Amino acid sequence: MINTMECSVDAQSLISISLRKIHNSRTQRGGIKLHKNLLVSYVLRNARQVYMNEKYAEIYRMQQYEEVMTVCNEIQELNPLDLVEDCEEQTGDCCGSATESASLCGALLPVSHQAPSAQHIQPSSACSVPLALQSEEVCKAPDPSFYHSCCAEVYPVSNCDFSPVNSMHCNKTTVLDLDTHVVTTVENGYLHQDCCASLQQCCQGAQSPAKKRKLDFEYYVSEIEEVPDFTPCKRAKFEDSSYASTEPLDTSNISNLISIFGSGFTGLVSRQAELEQALNGQFCSKQALASLGAWTRAIVAF
Amino acid sequence: MSAGGGGNDVQWCFSQVKGAIDDDVAEADIISTVEFNHSGELLATGDKGGRVVIFQQETENKSQPQCRSEYNVYSTFQSHEPEFDYLKSLEIEEKINKIRWLPQKNAAQFLLSTNDKTIKLWKISERDKRPEGYNLKEEDGRYRDAATITTLRVPVFRPMDLMVEASPRRVFVNGHTYHINSISVNSDNETYLSADDLRINLWHLEITDRSFNVVDIKPANMEELTEVITAAEFHPHQCNTFVYSSSKGTIRLCDMRASALCDKHSKLFEEPEDPSNRSFFSEIISSISDVKFSHNGRYMMTRDYLSVKIWDLNMENRPVETYQVHEYLRSKLCSLYENDCIFDKFECCWNGNDSVVMTGSYNNFFRMLDRSQRRDVTLEASRESCKARQVLKPRRVCAGGKRKKDEISVDSLDFNKKILHTAWHPQENIIAVATTNNLYIFQEKVN
Repeated sequence: MINTMECSVDAQSLISISLRKIHNSRTQRGGIKLHKNLLVSYVLRNARQVYMNEKYAEIYRMQQYEEVMTVCNEIQELNPLDLVEDCEEQTGDCCGSATESASLCGALLPVSHQAPSAQHIQPSSACSVPLALQSEEVCKAPDPSFYHSCCAEVYPVSNCDFSPVNSMHCNKTTVLDLDTHVVTTVENGYLHQDCCASLQQCCQGAQSPAKKRKLDFEYYVSEIEEVPDFTPCKRAKFEDSSYASTEPLDTSNISNLISIFGSGFTGLVSRQAELEQALNGQFCSKQALASLGAWTRAIVAF
Repeated sequence: MSAGGGGNDVQWCFSQVKGAIDDDVAEADIISTVEFNHSGELLATGDKGGRVVIFQQETENKSQPQCRSEYNVYSTFQSHEPEFDYLKSLEIEEKINKIRWLPQKNAAQFLLSTNDKTIKLWKISERDKRPEGYNLKEEDGRYRDAATITTLRVPVFRPMDLMVEASPRRVFVNGHTYHINSISVNSDNETYLSADDLRINLWHLEITDRSFNVVDIKPANMEELTEVITAAEFHPHQCNTFVYSSSKGTIRLCDMRASALCDKHSKLFEEPEDPSNRSFFSEIISSISDVKFSHNGRYMMTRDYLSVKIWDLNMENRPVETYQVHEYLRSKLCSLYENDCIFDKFECCWNGNDSVVMTGSYNNFFRMLDRSQRRDVTLEASRESCKARQVLKPRRVCAGGKRKKDEISVDSLDFNKKILHTAWHPQENIIAVATTNNLYIFQEKVN
């Protein structure tokens, strides 16, 4: 467990400082210093680990809180019959229809129609962010509104679960473990459990060191003796995907945030191929730093 | 003369300082290595500009016994020049990474100097006589007309002003793909090793076109690289044994009799990390920057960012002694990472009888760690205490809380003034301490 108390700089700043160091090392006299860059990559790994743990913990906490709140609200006000219709409606909505998220949320949740509904969406959105990527790949519809429906999707699943009437006509099976708060669902072939389970795993900080090393040293794609330039392309790819899945969310202005995610993911999908082909380290590192900056702005803004 | 013992009952006093006085430091003048020869009579320094300067200890002045003999410039030469590797589009720095003296065999002195890629064997010889009276040549070298020669004479040697010549006798090239960090002469006086980030090569001093690779830690897939070699040294007496340290804080001892390729170590020295000290920078501060055998060959010393550790070669699982050099920096690691100071590679050295070790720190401080008395002292190399035979006053750093008089607070430390390279005379209590561009020589106070 990394002790972050003594550090006045947070994990995210360390990540950008480290990337800058790696970038600068390419232009230093005497060639790339293998030892120094190796040490910088360790700091990068540690900072990333802490950053992701913090973000997942935050999301997990928010999710816990929201789920508890929802249970309470629904026990008070929910009409089971309304819920069935909503679920069926929702199934049709997946993979296609452009619906504004707020109204969809409103439809799903008889309880509230304004900000709270957005709030309810919130943790699920974070949860569904990796799913959105899956959805995108399968449905091939990188439309921001698509994410709305997918984001909203997760929630009624939970609704089904919380409802005392479990004999639904929804074509979903959901189990909520009230101890661990892991929502397991199978719906339309998408396994929702993955995100929550992986969130939990991240919270526990269980990471494979071997995998980490591999990702760290995709940086050294080819032998130094063969390619003098660093190609941090694959590193950039990894950074993008990891950050994308751990974005913090704002209670207001969900559509803006999702459009950022949307551009992030579509950008990521198209950029992956570019990055892998680009041998010009300058280009890649700029991409890495630029994308890092985008996430930084998003985080700061929200 | 003492046997080179004593740390704290010894009082150190200023003897000399070499180098420019002005604060504006030219980058080429930055000292990058300091080394006494085996007798201590010669002191060599290398700098970032690729030059080697050798100082010689003057024979003792009997009329002034308090003033021990001084070191004066003996020879200066350009060892390495900047090069360009066209194949890889890489500039090769001329900075001298290490100098190692060969034991003296005849009138001439030999040393090895290395930059990132090339090792050179230099012969330093004196010329104080010159032949005169050639038959076929005039004194200025012009050839005489054979027809004018009527007599023959035997040329004779006549004294001349002492001239010290340095000539490169061997150039060992193309042995290393990565940056050379260490060279070490074997006790057999025939071979030496050179180490870069991933490989260690064994050379014969006479053979320049071939070297033997003894250690190779390069992974098949560079993406799986987790550690690099940071320093290597031959055992002082056992010509088959050498050690190398890694960026992960481990030291491996290898026996060349066991196999031709020493990828498999004979001993692995490693201390488990204290989990309560884990931070973002744990890997950086555990990286070993220097490893040195004791003169008696029973111990070795390692330097990492915050501490010095003494290891008994017979005990692999932990060091026998650990000394904190500047523990007050542990809470400053973030800033030190930002300004790159955390990557500074400090060296360390033993005194002649292995009772005291010395290493550098920031603010031009250096630390003397007395093993026998378990005491330590912090001294400073500064222009302020440059009066002849002025005794150095111990310095103290205030880590936090109320600062006492004469203490300096951590935040006032100048991290641009770092002492990375120090050397101890093999027999006497004379030390050479290199600040950025100055070389300080301190001696034991003689009463």
